[in-house]
Amino acid sequence: MLRMALALVLSLLLTPVATAQDVSGNAPDRSATGGAQTLEDIMARQRGEAVDDAFRRDNVGDPARNPGAAQLAPLGGASDPELWRALRYGSADLTTSARNGGAALLVQDGGMWWLTFREGPLATYGGYLLLGTIGALILFYLLRGKIGIDEPMTGRTVTRFKFIERMAHWILGGSFILLGLTGLFVLFGRMFIAPYLGKDFNATLLTVSKIIHNNVAWAFCLGLLMVFVMWVWHNIPDRTDIKWFAQFGGIIGKNHPPAKKFNGGQKIIFWSVIVFGTSIAVSGVSLLFPYELPLFAKTFAILNDIGAPGWIGLDPLPTVLSPQEEMQYAQLWHAIMAFVLMAIVLAHIYIGSVGMEGASDAMTTGEVDEAWAHQHHSIWLDEVLEEQKKTAGSEAKATPAE
Amino acid sequence: MKAMWAGFAAVILIGIGANFALQEIGFSSEDRYSGDSVRLN
Repeated sequence: MLRMALALVLSLLLTPVATAQDVSGNAPDRSATGGAQTLEDIMARQRGEAVDDAFRRDNVGDPARNPGAAQLAPLGGASDPELWRALRYGSADLTTSARNGGAALLVQDGGMWWLTFREGPLATYGGYLLLGTIGALILFYLLRGKIGIDEPMTGRTVTRFKFIERMAHWILGGSFILLGLTGLFVLFGRMFIAPYLGKDFNATLLTVSKIIHNNVAWAFCLGLLMVFVMWVWHNIPDRTDIKWFAQFGGIIGKNHPPAKKFNGGQKIIFWSVIVFGTSIAVSGVSLLFPYELPLFAKTFAILNDIGAPGWIGLDPLPTVLSPQEEMQYAQLWHAIMAFVLMAIVLAHIYIGSVGMEGASDAMTTGEVDEAWAHQHHSIWLDEVLEEQKKTAGSEAKATPAE
Repeated sequence: MKAMWAGFAAVILIGIGANFALQEIGFSSEDRYSGDSVRLN
């Protein structure tokens, strides 16, 4: 009887609490755990649902309500769990000896999302993109074969690229290959190198890769700047490109459309290298100097302002990012851009080597046969030959008759 | 081919130079992630 009476009293006492919780936003009943998180909270979080964590976030002690407690404990009147909750949610009053932007944030939620994205979709789709590109190029080679030179070689050559142009190209190309390989080692080493060649080997390889990647990056930036300054004028799109693309650049079929110094395809490569390369360089510098050059909160704010996320049905992007999240977004962007550029550069390497007869001469000796130049860059060849005639004419005039 | 080798040599020289320069200005991750109370060596 007494038990029943107690149950009735308890239920009457708890009812207003439950009702109040329902009114204030349907907060779940956590009386069974004394107010701590419940199994349902944990399960909801694991299902990826949004859980209102205010009951933990705000439960970090209030020494003001108990002024004497501060003198009794080194934690300043807060209990251990309250202190850890404050650390967990970034509200603890911290001082650190490290002087970087992220030092005072000890627990960061975005880290797991970044890690799973980096090891999951980024590595998977990035890897398939590169393998798919290599596969497509092999298939293309088998179907189309090497693009030959239709006319017989003349034995006369014209200078296609000067020494400084070729050097800049190889600074950019050499550094990009080193950066690409070391970047792939860093991303895939734990997955594909450590299981087969051992963790020690992988650790040493990645340490060396990191040193190479961080320092060779500057050569890439220099090469990028040099080719931009030297070639931008020749890569401005014009009418000849439309004709070039209409005939698929002579890659498919037998026609060889006229082109200036750079044809439509080369302009695509040039602008891809400049746009993606600059994006990779900027995000890389942000990563190289941790926390000094945050890029994404501001970029996201601009994108939100113009409504860009809504164009593809996304919610507004986060504009308040922890220092670590800035670095994580920079790393993902750096890698995504690098994968795209690597795929484009693979096609460039193919067409400049095994894919086209005579193409590699342009970047090795710098001299190309007139037959090759006539087939692939006829407008440019005419300009060069015209220039040579003018120069020869003016030299003949300047030389006094004997 | 000289231009190619010169380009590769420039990559190596810039890389080595950058390594020294970055260490000199104390901007390695090691330095940035630690504080005065952390002994690195």
